[in-house]
Amino acid sequence: MTDETRGPNSGADDDDAGQQDAAPPESSVLTTDEDRQAEIDAAKEREADARTIGLEAGFSERLVAALTGTSVIVTILAFVSALVIGAVIIAVSEPQVREVLGYFTARPGDTFAAVWTSVSEAYAALVQGALGGRSQFSETLVSATPLILTGLAVAVPLRAGLFNIGAEGQMVAGGVVAGFVGFSITGLPLILHLPLAAGAGIAAGAFYGWIPGILKARTGAHEVISTIMLNNIGILVAGWLVSTALFRQPGRTDPISRTVEASATFPRFLSGFRVNTSLIMALLLAVVIFWLVERSTHGFELNAVGLNPHAATSAGMDPNRALVGAMTVGGALSGAAGAALILGVQGRLTIGFSAGLGFDGITVALLGRGRIGGTVAAGLLFGALKAGGRSMQAQTGTSLDLVLVIQALIIVFIAAPGLVRAIFRIKADDLATGQISKGWGA
Amino acid sequence: MRLELTGITKRFPGVVANDSVDLVVEPGEVHGLLGENGAGKSTLMNILYGLYGADEGQITVDGQPLELDGPGDAIAAGIGMVHQHFMLVPVFTVAENVVLGVEETKRLGWLDRARASKLVGELAERSGLPVDPDALVEDLSVGVQQRVEILKALYRDAQLLILDEPTAVLTPQEADDLFEAIRGFTAEGRSVVFISHKLREHREIADRISVLRRGKIVGTADPRTESEQDLANLMVGRPVELTVDKSAGSPGEVALRVHDVSVENVAGKTIVDDVSFEVRRGEILAVAGVEGNGQTPLVRALTGLEPEFTGQIDIAGKPVAGRSRKQVLRDGVGHVPEDRARDGLIAEFTVAQNLILGMWDAEPFAHRATLQFTVIAEHAAGIVEAYDVRTPSVNTPAGSLSGGNQQKLVVAREFDRPIDLLVAAQPTRGVDVGSIEYIHKQLVVKRDEGTAVVLVSSELDEVLALADRVAVMFHGRMVGPFDMPVSKEAVGRMMAGADPDEVLGAAGAGR
Repeated sequence: MTDETRGPNSGADDDDAGQQDAAPPESSVLTTDEDRQAEIDAAKEREADARTIGLEAGFSERLVAALTGTSVIVTILAFVSALVIGAVIIAVSEPQVREVLGYFTARPGDTFAAVWTSVSEAYAALVQGALGGRSQFSETLVSATPLILTGLAVAVPLRAGLFNIGAEGQMVAGGVVAGFVGFSITGLPLILHLPLAAGAGIAAGAFYGWIPGILKARTGAHEVISTIMLNNIGILVAGWLVSTALFRQPGRTDPISRTVEASATFPRFLSGFRVNTSLIMALLLAVVIFWLVERSTHGFELNAVGLNPHAATSAGMDPNRALVGAMTVGGALSGAAGAALILGVQGRLTIGFSAGLGFDGITVALLGRGRIGGTVAAGLLFGALKAGGRSMQAQTGTSLDLVLVIQALIIVFIAAPGLVRAIFRIKADDLATGQISKGWGA
Repeated sequence: MRLELTGITKRFPGVVANDSVDLVVEPGEVHGLLGENGAGKSTLMNILYGLYGADEGQITVDGQPLELDGPGDAIAAGIGMVHQHFMLVPVFTVAENVVLGVEETKRLGWLDRARASKLVGELAERSGLPVDPDALVEDLSVGVQQRVEILKALYRDAQLLILDEPTAVLTPQEADDLFEAIRGFTAEGRSVVFISHKLREHREIADRISVLRRGKIVGTADPRTESEQDLANLMVGRPVELTVDKSAGSPGEVALRVHDVSVENVAGKTIVDDVSFEVRRGEILAVAGVEGNGQTPLVRALTGLEPEFTGQIDIAGKPVAGRSRKQVLRDGVGHVPEDRARDGLIAEFTVAQNLILGMWDAEPFAHRATLQFTVIAEHAAGIVEAYDVRTPSVNTPAGSLSGGNQQKLVVAREFDRPIDLLVAAQPTRGVDVGSIEYIHKQLVVKRDEGTAVVLVSSELDEVLALADRVAVMFHGRMVGPFDMPVSKEAVGRMMAGADPDEVLGAAGAGR
């Protein structure tokens, strides 16, 4: 039961009491107006109660319950459905297919053959481009590294009932600070400089995530609104910074920063392949986050607050602390993504260097159903799609945008599990997630 | 209309919710459906209302088989249902809510609000359900909202009305009004299926009672001849004690001292007004009162949830003020909150996880900051066993347990650790007879172990059965505590605001 439905009922409970009090002649103290006033007071009190808790039991909370309740089967089938629709798009966008479609009634075989060829070639190129060799695999991991981190940056607050749209801005903050420390300090050994630069990026992201958290805890500002706005602020300020003398590459007028020192660059595993040790950082952080969210007392608190802040308060937890903590950790992970990108791959700051990887994190976290392991897996999958998509575009001319379409479709199908069930004729009963069991019994 | 259900079976994963149920509802009859929480009453009625499809069995109306693909079909067949949780649009008027879906329209589809209001007003009067058709639903009390729900069904000309736990949200007076209205319907030849787990109500209103236990009809009874005890035994499937067997307590030292405590709400209105009392170890103080008279904020103050109170509260000699809720709980206070779904449990958490709420980061459940899953599972298994919580496993989400078992879970969690003070607010609300019996016994056991118990209840019978001393809250003020015995009538009058001196006579017990 959500709070919206509970609210009016409990309000009416007070009213009941009022009515009953007024009934016997002994109680001439309260008039009906005063009763009404008392009721309004009670309602205000409940409202204030909700505000101090900082969670008005709305969208995000329901999202958490819905997501963690979604079954793995639905997630996998959502992916399959997206690939099928992707195939249709590949087919109809292929000139050759449209040509043979012209005489479909005469020779339908040609159409099927052309469709098969175009779809299989495109998807083969996609898989080939993601996993087909050492350099392809390297590119997959390079693409996956920031996605794993921004995915976790969305997943952790999600578990506390918060929808962190701000991974993009937090990532920019982390990238800018990591990059600045990376190129402005010279003469340090790698063992000091790299952790310093990466740590500075993580701290900057954490701070940038802490802001919407503390705003929500103190004033009730909704995190979706504040993180969207902070994204704009972060991205635009970063764009301006890159064009200042402090950051700009000497001798150049275009907004490109100086290059990060070698001592602050994540070493590559093998020369010639872009995959680097920032992947290790991402995976280590994932392990820490897994412990934090799934195995630690802090995670217990986080999950409790996300699912039922009232019961959490009643158990002696502090929901505000949990939500500020979750946003700060989310920001730190985004910051790590920014550091990984700048110190691991790009080597310098440009305008728009984050390239929507923070927003992709939302998709990754949703596909991972807000679970830590699931999010890491989803990050790897999307990394593969990204890397494979580039090679697909080069080889078969199928647009890279197809990958975006597939990603978007996956989310649509996950957001509408009923659709997946209808397509695959799965009964809701078979995907028992606790939802239906609430229905029975008197 | 004559309704007949034959061999209705409904299975959910792992559970047979209804097992070949046969039921006949005659025209003009109030048919009581009695059963514990989780017995399958609501499932059966949801099938009859077209919300679930039955796996087996047939429904016939006046001999004609009825196919139900959804509530629309049920409504068309003359079946109306009032759910436990109302389905009203709060910002619409009564009339708008009633006609929603079958609106009166003028030309070009303009709503004819005036006519709707008139029709609904007439219907309300005729049916003995007085309600102002132009009032906004959000301004109405729960009892009146329920009338609106019933009017909705009547407006659609329901010949059979299903009332799912209708009295759960009503005050005794409102319940009496409802019963009066029900008698009116049956006089017109309509039938009513009345679902409740309260025995007394069945005896008062039902013409015939079918008892459902674990999905099966275990008997049909005539409420006039069957005693409450027999009905309870039939419902639970074993002999049940309806009265609490308790010896005289042996109160020890004072464990809770409340001195001049007041609480204001955010609007600055005093909702707990200068309350003082003491509770000793080994005694139960029952705080009676109609809900909304300050019991909730008082309990919040006692249990460390309300930092903004004035006055002094000491538990086992230590002041509550300045301690966090967490600290208060850890220092030996158990709290059974009045709204278990909101405050007591996390529905999505497993039974085991719910059993460590409040102690989640303390040894032995956590070592440093790492949760000890083996310890937590063993602890849960022990509690489930000891407190007879019916759950498939300790890893089942608490939300999928029946209401009675959810409450047992909360009770077990709060009782199963050493505490000085136990505050139980409405501990048996919405709980079936078997669980009530159990919870009452446990409260007495806790008392006899030397715990000070504060029982806050609006159920007079519960107060009188358990109290060693009784106090009454009215408009934020407390009268008493008085030593038992105090008559039921006296407590009832004080709950309505009567002067205790008058009620108890000049020799009335002092504080």
